[in-house]
Amino acid sequence: MKHIVKILSLLVAISAFWIGLLQAAIVPRSHTWLLPIYFVVSLGCYGLLMVGIGLMQFPTCPQEAILLQKDITEAKDFFKHKGVDVGSG
Amino acid sequence: MADEKETKGEKKYKYSILIPTYNERLNIAIIVYLVFKHLRDVDFEIIVVDDGSPDGTQEIVKQLQQLYGEDRILLRARAKKLGLGTAYIHGLKHASGDFVVIMDADLSHHPKYLPSFIKKQLETNASIVTGTRYVKGGGVHGWNLMRKLTSRGANVLAQTLLWPGVSDLTGSFRLYKKSVLEDVISSCVSKGYVFQMEMIVRATRKGYHIEEVPITFVDRVFGTSKLGGSEIVEYLKGLVYLLLTT
Repeated sequence: MKHIVKILSLLVAISAFWIGLLQAAIVPRSHTWLLPIYFVVSLGCYGLLMVGIGLMQFPTCPQEAILLQKDITEAKDFFKHKGVDVGSG
Repeated sequence: MADEKETKGEKKYKYSILIPTYNERLNIAIIVYLVFKHLRDVDFEIIVVDDGSPDGTQEIVKQLQQLYGEDRILLRARAKKLGLGTAYIHGLKHASGDFVVIMDADLSHHPKYLPSFIKKQLETNASIVTGTRYVKGGGVHGWNLMRKLTSRGANVLAQTLLWPGVSDLTGSFRLYKKSVLEDVISSCVSKGYVFQMEMIVRATRKGYHIEEVPITFVDRVFGTSKLGGSEIVEYLKGLVYLLLTT
């Protein structure tokens, strides 16, 4: 099944539930009408939260840059000894 | 031949390391050195697909061939810049390994992670092992706050829309079973890094077993990388395309 079909089915199911709520009037209709807005806003907030958390926990590796420079020097020395002219980048 | 391949009843696999290059004269030499350093007991070949670099990349590769052997380093060049997807397809045609590793030539992908890719695949029998920068043990160096924000935002959006099953969608440091790469690549049409996303999403949709290993990514040691408005638009277009067609 294509992914978009899965997502649309999910949306249809949620919409059907919402319409059902409207008709059954268990919750006052004025509240039910606003549910889609609450849903979209919550989704947006959740997204922003995930971005914020991810940003705070973003893994960095400053020591890797140093290690890489060491590796580059090691490689350049090796090639100098073997007579391969790598020049400078 | 079969008994040569089996030691203690274990089958020995061959790995083809595919590196597309364009103006990577210095970096390709360093990468080759590091691959040989970190894959001492592994049967592998390096396939360099160079798109007619004017800086002498091919000359350096030929010197490396003299040093390491033409059976270990294959130069399969093309006349001009023809794009990443076709570079992989071109390199694949010449790959004699059971597995294919794709990696970048600009030293953002460090060959020291190759053993962990291989180990993960052997442990789990995964069809694809993809490197991820976004988990503990991985990481990125050289990105400012804006860049990290864009990356994180893009990732959250892609996770929400596509449910891709991997934490790093645009990463291009991956190990594939050769047959799996051939299958996935034949159904991908995007360009650039959207192509990398398309590969991994299509692989997920096809039900292939995908594992991840943490990698560190040091952004562009020599040269510059850019992320501007047009890249963002291209990314969003790519997301919508993948949402609708996978």
